[in-house]
Amino acid sequence: MSIIIDRRDRAGSSTGKKSTVNRQRFLRRYKHIIKKAVQDSVDQRSITDTDRGDNIHIPNKDLSEPIFHHGQGGKNQRVHPGNKAFHKGDRFSRPPAGKGQGSGQGAASDRGSGVDEFVFQISREEFLEYVFEDLELPNMLRKNLKSTTEYTLRRGGFTSAGSPDQINVVRSLRSAYARRIALSAKKRKKLKALQSELDSLKNSNDPEDQKKASALKLQIEALEQAIKRMPFIDEFDLKYNNLIKIPLPSSKAVMFCIMDVSGSMGQEIKDIAKRFFLLLYLFLQRSYKAVEVVFIRHHSEARECDEEEFFYARETGGTLVSKAMDLTSQIIDKRYPVSDWNIYIAQASDGDNWETDTDICRKIILERLLPRVQYFAYVEIANRPQTLWHTYQQIQDEFADYFAQQRIRNHADIYPVFRRLFARRSG
Amino acid sequence: MSDQKPLSTGSEWTFEQLKAYDETIGCLAKQFRLDTYPTQIEIINSEQMIDAYASVGMPLMYHHWSFGKHFLGSLQNYQRGRMGLAYEIVINSNPCIAYLMEENTMAMQALVIAHACYGHNSFFKGNYLFQQWTDADAIIDYLLFARNYISQCEEKYGVDKIEELLDACHALMNQGVNRYKRPQPVSAAEEEALAKEREEYIQRNLNDLWRTIPAKEEPKSKAKQRFPEVPEENLLYFIEKSAPLLENWQREIIRIVRKIAQYFYPQRQTQVMNEGWATFWHYTLTHELYKQGFINDGYMLEILHSHTSVVFQPDFDDPRYTGINPYTLGFNIYRDIRRICENPTPEDREWFPDLADSDWLDTLHFAMHNFKDESFILQYLSPKVMRDMHLFCIEDNEVNSFLEVNSIHDEPDYRTLRQSLAAQYNLGNTEPNIQVYNVDIRGDRSLTLIHTMHEGRPLEPGSAQEIIKHLHYLWGFDICLKSVDQWGTEKEVYALSG
Repeated sequence: MSIIIDRRDRAGSSTGKKSTVNRQRFLRRYKHIIKKAVQDSVDQRSITDTDRGDNIHIPNKDLSEPIFHHGQGGKNQRVHPGNKAFHKGDRFSRPPAGKGQGSGQGAASDRGSGVDEFVFQISREEFLEYVFEDLELPNMLRKNLKSTTEYTLRRGGFTSAGSPDQINVVRSLRSAYARRIALSAKKRKKLKALQSELDSLKNSNDPEDQKKASALKLQIEALEQAIKRMPFIDEFDLKYNNLIKIPLPSSKAVMFCIMDVSGSMGQEIKDIAKRFFLLLYLFLQRSYKAVEVVFIRHHSEARECDEEEFFYARETGGTLVSKAMDLTSQIIDKRYPVSDWNIYIAQASDGDNWETDTDICRKIILERLLPRVQYFAYVEIANRPQTLWHTYQQIQDEFADYFAQQRIRNHADIYPVFRRLFARRSG
Repeated sequence: MSDQKPLSTGSEWTFEQLKAYDETIGCLAKQFRLDTYPTQIEIINSEQMIDAYASVGMPLMYHHWSFGKHFLGSLQNYQRGRMGLAYEIVINSNPCIAYLMEENTMAMQALVIAHACYGHNSFFKGNYLFQQWTDADAIIDYLLFARNYISQCEEKYGVDKIEELLDACHALMNQGVNRYKRPQPVSAAEEEALAKEREEYIQRNLNDLWRTIPAKEEPKSKAKQRFPEVPEENLLYFIEKSAPLLENWQREIIRIVRKIAQYFYPQRQTQVMNEGWATFWHYTLTHELYKQGFINDGYMLEILHSHTSVVFQPDFDDPRYTGINPYTLGFNIYRDIRRICENPTPEDREWFPDLADSDWLDTLHFAMHNFKDESFILQYLSPKVMRDMHLFCIEDNEVNSFLEVNSIHDEPDYRTLRQSLAAQYNLGNTEPNIQVYNVDIRGDRSLTLIHTMHEGRPLEPGSAQEIIKHLHYLWGFDICLKSVDQWGTEKEVYALSG
């Protein structure tokens, strides 16, 4: 008689997904290959497509699990089915190597010629994990130890004043007990003396002594009463848990995404800039819980906008980069106090700007932005260095830890440049 | 046709119906004297089936990346429609565990129950190799012990170290079985207790083996210093017991891989017999169901359709050809045995005088019980089956510039053809014969292995060199693997030092 069990995969059933761990082990082992494949894949994708899973190809030879088996050569006999016309002793030439030979016992996969590939799919989550692995926002600080917006309460000893809900019962009773012991000491000493005097009179039949004894008894009784009257607990005994307010360090961060949409930005260049910011946006969303993003578009005017408008609006005009810098600085003044926020700026442009305006930019960056931001990343989408690049180069030389610029020439550069700008720094 | 009402007619199955079919098929199986372990039928979905595939069908396997690789590969192929899934997986355990897929139709489930729960199951219980070499009562417990032990090691020593060790063990798994010496089956509980005892014992003896202080009495003759005294074919066993630098937990893991390899060894030797047996019985039992009216024409057609694709054998010149289908070969031989018993021709009487006119069930059970693929083919492959399958043998000898048809399905070749086919299922021929030959115990501790070439066939050099690396990792000192032909001449040397 058989037992029939329904083992179909219900969430959390013990038999389901046995392979999860094995799958993770596999991904872990081939991490370097998968990472490379993911990078190649990111380069080839369209904007909206960056965050889905992908097929990963790994050459079979890298995956082989060798077992001892026979190679070509020696004498082999092999029985096959389906003879139609052969007679004993028929001879024919050997087919070219690797074709037509019966595969060996189960070892066929090990003999792959090297062009075979093992293909499998990784999920969106896994994909993004590889895309953004080892990246971080540089110079992130725990801000805000002085000015107080967030506190945590920590216990710190006891006080004798506080609210009733913080009464510490054990402490209070201990203190009451101590007070009672201390205040009654004199009376108890006296009581003890009287008691022993009474004891010494106990066995005497002398009526004088009897009288004395009863007087003593009265005195003892009065003393006991007095001790008893001592308050069990006094306001003075109450002890309260002391809670100390400790300012909470915060690692809040804001990223300013500044994109040049002036007339000189061709469709191709804009597309590259958008893809760069999209990558940045995905990275922030995925790797940081509390990062705010401020989108700023600028041509001859700069404007803060929402995500939708940032990526898809079409309005355009002349170029004044300094307007965007100025707006950024104002927004920081208004909404992101340096004491509370890690501030980041990512700017993308074709680098084309008025000479005079570039000087203004430099001034704003050096005087109003760099002192307040953790990191300023600039990407220039152009084949050779433009106006901004030369000016920014001086800034980078001077503030290498806080300012970085990279040039993107074509689509394939986007991801590597992104990785370079946000690579995790050791130490 | 009787007036029995069919057990069901729709294609959807229910648990009640499964139970009814299982009972009916069980009764029929008893009439055919199929002796089985109790069965535990587990219904799973296709992803779980791929899961089960990946860890060699075992319900509790330790974790390893290669199982993950197989899982991802199968999943991909299955989702792309490049691969169908087996309808069932059966495990040689007591109770015998059979996985059925929920996607199967009722007719398919009936077929699969007959195939797995009564065919394979009775084979596991009856065949002498399984009886002698595996312990169906203990395997699940042992696997549980193995998995826990290995995951504890992972926690203690890190996943990487375990992975490296398992990679090395897997490479040598086929050389990790005893072919002649039968180990005592041990239960999981004993195994755990023994593991500790073993640790201490091994370390004591190892210290003796690798003693650097000279013995008080020098051995009388230098020739006696051989180690191992006789060549050892079980490489994993040898390493487990004698590798000088391994930690005890490493020895225990080698032992686990070795035990599991040993457990699967009978399956590798009885593929044709086992699949043929299960196929024969699903065929016979479902026909019986039909004959007695338990299933209708529609069910029978579906079952026959599946059966036909299971035993489909493409010809050698068909692009789908990948070798002889073990289901087909086994099924044909068992069915032929029945035919010889019931309706022998003069040719059968000449070839199989003992079989002709004997009780077919007696004969069939005897054949299942007492052979492995090689001897089974040698004993029972009849001229008729060779003719029906149009078998022929091609010889590829490297000294010739041509291939030659060495025998075909006709007199006077029947016997040589049969021998060739039998030899093809002799693992001793198909797997390289590699043995531990010598260890330089007084010198650099280098390990020498000998590959004795069969019919002048060399090792595949790429994988051999890879495995030498694994061996070196386990042994810790120089490795030398020599390929030697039948006259003892060294043909090829694979070495790794440092």
